[in-house]
Amino acid sequence: MESLGVLLLHPMDAYLEQELARRCRLLRFCWDAPPDRRDAFLRAHAGSVRAVVTGGVAGAGAALIDALPRLEIVACFSVGFDRVDLARCRERGVRVTNTPGVLTDDVADLAVGLAIAVLRRIPQADGYVRAGQWKAKGDFTLTTRFSGKRVGIIGLGRIGLAIARRVEAFGCPVSYYQRTKRDYPNYTFFPTVVELAATSDVLVVACSLNEQSRRIVSREVIDALGPGGVLVNIGRGGHVDEPELVAALAEGRLGGAGLDVFEDEPEVPEALVALDNVVLAPHMGSGTRETRRAMADVVLGNLEAHVSGKPLLTPVV
Amino acid sequence: MASSAAVATVSAELPSLLLIRRLDPPFAAALRQRFRVLDFFASGEPLPAFLAAAASSPDPPRAAVIVGGGVVRVDAAFLDSVPSLRCIVGTGTGVDHLDLAECARRGVVVANAGAVYSVDVADHAVGLLIDVLRRVSAAERFVRRRLWPVHGDYPLGTKLGGKRVGIIGLGNIGSLIAKRLEAFGCIVYYNSRRPKDLVSYKYFPNVKDLASESDVLVVACALNKETRHVVNKDVLEALGKDGIIINIGRGANVDEVELIRALKEGRIAGAGLDVFENEPKVPAELLTMENVVLTPHIAVLTSESRSDLRDNTIGNLEAFFAGKPLLTPVLPM
Repeated sequence: MESLGVLLLHPMDAYLEQELARRCRLLRFCWDAPPDRRDAFLRAHAGSVRAVVTGGVAGAGAALIDALPRLEIVACFSVGFDRVDLARCRERGVRVTNTPGVLTDDVADLAVGLAIAVLRRIPQADGYVRAGQWKAKGDFTLTTRFSGKRVGIIGLGRIGLAIARRVEAFGCPVSYYQRTKRDYPNYTFFPTVVELAATSDVLVVACSLNEQSRRIVSREVIDALGPGGVLVNIGRGGHVDEPELVAALAEGRLGGAGLDVFEDEPEVPEALVALDNVVLAPHMGSGTRETRRAMADVVLGNLEAHVSGKPLLTPVV
Repeated sequence: MASSAAVATVSAELPSLLLIRRLDPPFAAALRQRFRVLDFFASGEPLPAFLAAAASSPDPPRAAVIVGGGVVRVDAAFLDSVPSLRCIVGTGTGVDHLDLAECARRGVVVANAGAVYSVDVADHAVGLLIDVLRRVSAAERFVRRRLWPVHGDYPLGTKLGGKRVGIIGLGNIGSLIAKRLEAFGCIVYYNSRRPKDLVSYKYFPNVKDLASESDVLVVACALNKETRHVVNKDVLEALGKDGIIINIGRGANVDEVELIRALKEGRIAGAGLDVFENEPKVPAELLTMENVVLTPHIAVLTSESRSDLRDNTIGNLEAFFAGKPLLTPVLPM
């Protein structure tokens, strides 16, 4: 694919960038430049860009798609594609791919890791030791057992199922909500998220973000989860009513939260940083060397398939 | 007459109980409901005087709840000073504060905490392992220090799936850890004094060989003469520069000086430690490392463990006083 002009929207992975440079005609977008410079760049290169490689948070909006008349494919270095204007892509006949499957285990691992970290207060305990408090003040606080906690999963897709299998090993009963009930002998279906939250100790967001799931974790759901409940979000910041979440955590109406995603990454509300009943992660659900490499190979594989007229590996559109 | 400083209930119908352990209020109340409690720490007396008073009281105690960890040793002299004692209930899993041979000789039955703590310790071990491999606590500090908008992504961690985890000690805790880690796609190996029947994990008769074939070593064994510094310089070298140590056993299971040296020199990749050789002192070099997670001996510190311990202790005492077998006997075996 040496003649394929690829626009890399922002730095995302050294191996991916190196392979794109080696195998295609790579253009690096001036992501941090002011809007007029970005527009000028796109105008200058519009003729040669046939592929865009983007990340989950950056996506590819209508303005970008419209600025690239020769665009044939948008390859996402993420499983989420909520920020790609799919309608515009369909109109223009632009293909879209993502990276499902390869990151399922890592994201599920982090979801469970965050749940344990929140319930057992591991980062806070680590901070207690580093600040010399163990010597100065004595024992840390009592926390609550993770094993056996009722886990409610919003979205029992690949990632949701991987989370379910992990927490089962801790004796956690699993319930779920999604649009259609399936036949899982060991998992209890709830027709609404509020009912799911009311019967869960740990509520995990594991669905994709779209019009139906935006702010699916509403004030009502947060209240149902309650002062003993913990929210774990490894989906998208947009799944949660963030101001409501922050208020509930600060006021003790929600017990705790483990958050890998936020509405306005990389900005995290000051009020969240001030709390000690939360564990905050910088969107690293797929953040391992092994998985990012596998994701890069999926992106490259999709581009190769596209230029050789073969079926795309993981098409969204 | 029991010393007036000993905290005791009024009713003479409740059996006497010797208590040598500090208790949280719910536990203390639960015992007082059922027993006439002779409370050493509340008495403020020296141990010999306290024991003498207990022995000469109208209803000398037949059972005792005694804390471990070196506060008191239940040996021949102790048992001689309260000859009415027929049952000792420990509140930990370790019983090295009890002279079991002496207890056996006298027909004194002994119970420990059984598997009361095992689940919470196993969960904490898994939490530490995920934290170290995926850098949860370190990335958390990064976010709280407002570095995410400045530096972009936090450095990548490493995947759990496919990691070979060598568990030193496949008892209650080790087995629970193994079962949990299998669900994450880890490959479990183990070492213990003898291979376990009905276990499908690969057995290694020596810890150094276990280390050389493992990516993560989890210390889940008791502390005794054989296991002191079981993780030593040779084992760390066998584990190698990509290896991780998780310690939820006892600080002295690991040669702490060698561990710190190996971490400083990059000869191992990281560690998750809940226990240290000289608690609550944690060596200063560890406090600034980004590739370690340090917790202040909290693996059993949950409210559920507390209430399970209370139920287990009372269950053992009630069984003894009803002439039934102990729930979690150490003696008779």
